[in-house]
Amino acid sequence: MTSFFQTLGMSYETAWFTATIAGILLIALPLMLAVALIIYAERKLWAAFALRRGPNVVGPFGVLQSFADGLKVFLQETIIPSASNRGLFLIAPIITFTVALMAWAVIPFADGVVLSNINVGLLYILAISSLGVYGVVIAGWASNSKYPFYSAMRAAAQMISYEVSIGFILICIVLWAGTFNVGGIVEGQRGHIFGFINAYAFNPLLFPIAIMFLISSMAETARAPFDLTEAESELVAGYQTEYSSMAFALFWLGEYANVLLMCALNAILFWGGYLPPVDWAPLYAVPGIIWFFVKILLMFFVFAWVKATVPRYRYDQLMRLGWKVFLPISLFWVFLVSGYLMFTGHFA
Amino acid sequence: MTTIAHLIKTFTLWEFVKAHWLTLQYFFKPKATINYPFEKNPLSPRFRGEHALRRYPNGEERCIACKLCEAVCPALAITIESEPREDGSRRTTRYDIDMTKCIYCGFCQEACPVDAIVEGPNLEFATETREELFYDKAKLLDNGAKWERAIAANLAADAPYR
Repeated sequence: MTSFFQTLGMSYETAWFTATIAGILLIALPLMLAVALIIYAERKLWAAFALRRGPNVVGPFGVLQSFADGLKVFLQETIIPSASNRGLFLIAPIITFTVALMAWAVIPFADGVVLSNINVGLLYILAISSLGVYGVVIAGWASNSKYPFYSAMRAAAQMISYEVSIGFILICIVLWAGTFNVGGIVEGQRGHIFGFINAYAFNPLLFPIAIMFLISSMAETARAPFDLTEAESELVAGYQTEYSSMAFALFWLGEYANVLLMCALNAILFWGGYLPPVDWAPLYAVPGIIWFFVKILLMFFVFAWVKATVPRYRYDQLMRLGWKVFLPISLFWVFLVSGYLMFTGHFA
Repeated sequence: MTTIAHLIKTFTLWEFVKAHWLTLQYFFKPKATINYPFEKNPLSPRFRGEHALRRYPNGEERCIACKLCEAVCPALAITIESEPREDGSRRTTRYDIDMTKCIYCGFCQEACPVDAIVEGPNLEFATETREELFYDKAKLLDNGAKWERAIAANLAADAPYR
């Protein structure tokens, strides 16, 4: 895109700057639109699982429901509790929202279509998603209210525990792909199985960690069955309890942008990202971005499906699963995968 | 053997797979909810909804201001004042129901000797202000005029069981 702006007569620096800004807008704006639609989709999916109809009044089939909700929230007053820490209270939703958008910078939407093709993309994603917990913790602390505070404590513990096993899972993938570059990992899946199936998930050695990553990513985004941070029956609305209006909407947008990011990561790391499922020439006629979106939506269906099916974990069960099940298994799997790769001379 | 089976079940997430298969089956079933404002459930003739004061077919008010409904009302929602009309018959000058107090128990229509106050089949009378729910005599008589056909049909349908 930089070269396109250069043809318009800009110097390289200006062209690069303009191209980056344009790229950010091209990712962030459709992403927010996607978040609005995905919230609608999720409500429809849960409704279907519960034999309900879901939103069907605003716009055709209720598609505009999220926009109506957004408008309603936008027109409301922002209430700042007098006992809260005002600055931190307002900055927390901004952190959550910004961080949720930041990670998309290294996601490849199609072959070479990526905002910043850095070599350590996966490390960047890991770092950014770790930052996400700050929004929640700051919100819980700044609210100066007990339920948000409990929620923040839980969120901190939960996200940190699951990041550890996610780290080990990513190491397995990185070992196999031989690169930290996200696009490189997608390319590494081309013809991975029998030379024509483009996905790591069908590799018997990697399938278990694909499932583990799916579960961990649900825990990482604090979604049901791991939504202890906003367990309505215990904590009112968790860290969002004191928030209203746009601040609340920013949390909501950030949360769903994170969910979409995790769906995208699942699709990229295990299901071949923008590659068609099978390495067969006619399938490449469909643009990579379409394959990528289809995979994201399928992962999202799984997320909603799980949320509609599984009841919430108890806190100690959550910690047990994170530290006593996922951590040892993922550690063992790093050992297994690296051993296999050594043995078969993959590193030669 | 059972421990091995248990281990296999644990590591294949068997219970989760089963649960998800079950919910997936429900996903494709027809919806159980009705599309409310456009589809409505059938109502029993005994349904106790919005109140109405009825008239006789010749236009005369049924209510004779006996105040039995006022007396029986457990929520004290009904207020009645009465005096003789020019022709000497006793009639209400005031008949108020505070719909925010009413608990829709139906005692008023049970108590009424002339079927004047009845609870009709209307359940969609939400208002934007609280004051609109303080019904006066005019409003109740108006309801009676509006719902008379449905109310009469319901009373006729329920009569054999009374």
